[in-house]
Amino acid sequence: MQGGGGGSESGSMSTVSMEDNMVVSSEDSSCPDESELELGLGLSLGGFKMHQVSRGGHYARILTAKDFPSVISASSSPSSSSSSSSSSSSSSSSSLSRANVTAGTKRTADSVAAANSSSQVVGWPPIRAYRMNSMVNQAKNQATEGFNSTMENHKSETSTVEKGTTGISSYQNSGNAKLRKSLFVKVNMDGIPIGRKVDMNAHESYEKLAKTLEDMFLKTTPNVNPAGSRALELGMMNKLTRSSKLLDGSSDFVLTYEDKEGDWMLVGDVPWKMFLSSVKRLRIMRTSEATGLAPRLHERNCQRQRSKHI
Amino acid sequence: MHKKMAFSFPDEVLEHVFSFIQSDKDRNAVSMVCKSWYEIERWCRRKVFVGNCYAVSPRMVIRRFPEFRSIELKGKPHFADFNLVPDGWGGYVSPWIEEMAGAYPWLEEIRLKRMVVTDESLELIAKSFKNFKVLVLSSCEGFSTDGLAVIAASCKNLKELDLRDCEVDDLSAHWLSHFPETYTSLVSLNISCLGSDEVSFSALERLVGRCTNLKTLRLNRAVPLDKIANILRHAPQLVEFGTGTYTADVRPDVYSDLAGVFSSCKELKSLSGFWDVVPDYLPAIYPVCSKLTSLNLSYATIQSPDLIKLVSHCPNLQRLLVLDYIEDSGLEVLASSCKDLQELRVFPSDPFGAEPNVSLTEQGLVAVSLGCPKLQSVLYFCRRMSNEALVTIARNRPNFTRFRLCIIEPKTADYLTLEPLDVGFGAIVQYCKDLKRLSLSGLLTDRVFEYIGTYAKKLEMLSVAFAGDSDLGLHHVLSGCESLRKLEIRDCPFGDKALLANAAKLETMRSLWMSSCAVSFAACKLLGQKMPRLNVEVIDERGPPDSRPENCPVDKLYIYRSIAGPRFDMPPFVWTMDEDSGLRL
Repeated sequence: MQGGGGGSESGSMSTVSMEDNMVVSSEDSSCPDESELELGLGLSLGGFKMHQVSRGGHYARILTAKDFPSVISASSSPSSSSSSSSSSSSSSSSSLSRANVTAGTKRTADSVAAANSSSQVVGWPPIRAYRMNSMVNQAKNQATEGFNSTMENHKSETSTVEKGTTGISSYQNSGNAKLRKSLFVKVNMDGIPIGRKVDMNAHESYEKLAKTLEDMFLKTTPNVNPAGSRALELGMMNKLTRSSKLLDGSSDFVLTYEDKEGDWMLVGDVPWKMFLSSVKRLRIMRTSEATGLAPRLHERNCQRQRSKHI
Repeated sequence: MHKKMAFSFPDEVLEHVFSFIQSDKDRNAVSMVCKSWYEIERWCRRKVFVGNCYAVSPRMVIRRFPEFRSIELKGKPHFADFNLVPDGWGGYVSPWIEEMAGAYPWLEEIRLKRMVVTDESLELIAKSFKNFKVLVLSSCEGFSTDGLAVIAASCKNLKELDLRDCEVDDLSAHWLSHFPETYTSLVSLNISCLGSDEVSFSALERLVGRCTNLKTLRLNRAVPLDKIANILRHAPQLVEFGTGTYTADVRPDVYSDLAGVFSSCKELKSLSGFWDVVPDYLPAIYPVCSKLTSLNLSYATIQSPDLIKLVSHCPNLQRLLVLDYIEDSGLEVLASSCKDLQELRVFPSDPFGAEPNVSLTEQGLVAVSLGCPKLQSVLYFCRRMSNEALVTIARNRPNFTRFRLCIIEPKTADYLTLEPLDVGFGAIVQYCKDLKRLSLSGLLTDRVFEYIGTYAKKLEMLSVAFAGDSDLGLHHVLSGCESLRKLEIRDCPFGDKALLANAAKLETMRSLWMSSCAVSFAACKLLGQKMPRLNVEVIDERGPPDSRPENCPVDKLYIYRSIAGPRFDMPPFVWTMDEDSGLRL
């Protein structure tokens, strides 16, 4: 609900301080304390001009370049480093700040190393899912093999991601970044009311997919508080930790999918790319319930070796 | 005291005056004048708007406004549209429906955006509100056609059923047949999001035929072209119409049928749909083009020459959504033909291709900004931009209220000078003094935020991605943008300092979203601890944030003001930072 008028300049302003001697001081102090330089936050100043904020003390003041020894000013040329965070921060004098910067760009560094010339960015460009699906469908309709070739174009060379739904956050400023189209399908697991979505295009094999799903559904997080969570019954989670492998038949659960014809099949029998073009949604099914699938699968693909789950 | 009361108006008079005040903002202002106005206003407020369903509890709303007839609720953050908010995050409408079902038998209208709606909730709506009239579900999910069937069967006074951009479980197309034969009150039906391959055409035709007040009908893609003529024949009074798939074998009889039926639709002002367009069938709509004010061709995969022909027939167009197939040349024609244009959205036909597939550049936008004096709202996807173009656009069109530019490749510099686009966007905020919404893209440093903080005083919503150099950027925005309500940021090097320094600002805003930035868990905890009226939620699928060092950045952060306290319906990957400065899951 909107309050009546959003006056931000209320009488009592709260500045949140990390420590007592914080760099961002309250309205009382108008000049920086020497000790403020030292604090644990660190300052990634990076030497471009900062402007002193003076707003009658309603907002805390950020220390400016004037307050600190001059640092090399950053050129804002686009050919600056590939890291997405402030390249200029590397010239900061404080090692702590570099640590902070590093912390912030940890994922950047990792993925730069891992992804080489291609990177994957979730949700960019910002086009809504229904619009993208509609475009995919139009491509499908236009050519029988068109979709497969489209898939080839869109899949990036190294589709390594940690999790299905969270892409690597970094972006390389090399101009070569390949924006990969996502193909989100729903995943439900027996016994868990809330489903998830996984980006099929972020995986290049059944193994990767299974790993993601295992992480999503089967891994217990140590501090899960059942009272606060609608999604998990703690008992279910404890049971699940016993089983870990979804694809090799050793767990209490099997991974199944619904294909375009509406049939439910065991995952793993067809080549990965063919699977991608026919999967509509996934279900992690109790093994006891999955017995019905086997005969039908056998009928349809009597030549395939079922034990060839990767 | 007594003297004062003698001079004040009787309640009924004030109520009557207030009844002319419809806008939510004005109503809120009225309620702040004095206690008695607050009391009178709350009893006569008929429409309630809740911009964030977690900012307030259903019970609080019902307690304050005992007699509202219409409610609008919004749930998930905007970036949920781009899959940045994991499934299961929240935004459930059922607690609201349950509370209202008991308290409000006379509720008439429910409008929801980005919320999770279940079939049970739809059933509860159908059963509880006897005079229910309007259901608008925008970008919602969680329900199926079974729930729609109950609505259809039970809501005798339903006037509007709008399912724009929803994700519906299509279990059966026969839900449409659940509208009883006696039901005739439909005014607006939007089922364009439905995917089912079988639509009961006969049920649809009968429904359309007996609802003589039908003004808006948006069909889904499954409705074939040759069925449209029959449907339109039953509803020549339509004002807004969305086709299904606009493709068929080219047959003269189908064509002339279609053209004939369009000619008889004298009231038609808005057209949409047009999936899979076959250009040969486009001229069928020429008879209505001269009256069209709104045209959504954003699914029409036709090339520039066909688009140009079409657009040239529509001199009264105010709103155009189109794919970048229109190209710069088409936009130039648009600029010369459609002088009433107010809103333009150009979507990319091949956003993931490495090379541009069409000749659409910044020039198209420049042309439109020059030729269309009433243009105020733009959403434009392109692959290159220059500061020069942006400055020109800003100078041409200072009346922009919404400017959303998406240069497809992140961090793309000015293609002429290779500089950042700071100056260009700076010009936008400087010249467009009434700018309410801005989306940035391209290579941007902290400087652009300095411009925004300095000039964008009316800005209410800002979207930022892959931009900035340091906390200073965020600080400029938070400290300078006085009207800011919603700020959403992804992949920017903004960390703790600016956030903590401007903590109080966050209470004046609806919400702040930051993902893939550099805000540490420690800062989140501190914020949650010190700001009891903010809900600070950390979304992290890697596991609990306290399993990592405190200075580690969180994956996603969503902060919003709330008088309802922290919520309890969070999934396991969302943690709320509260006053105990510990984790609440």
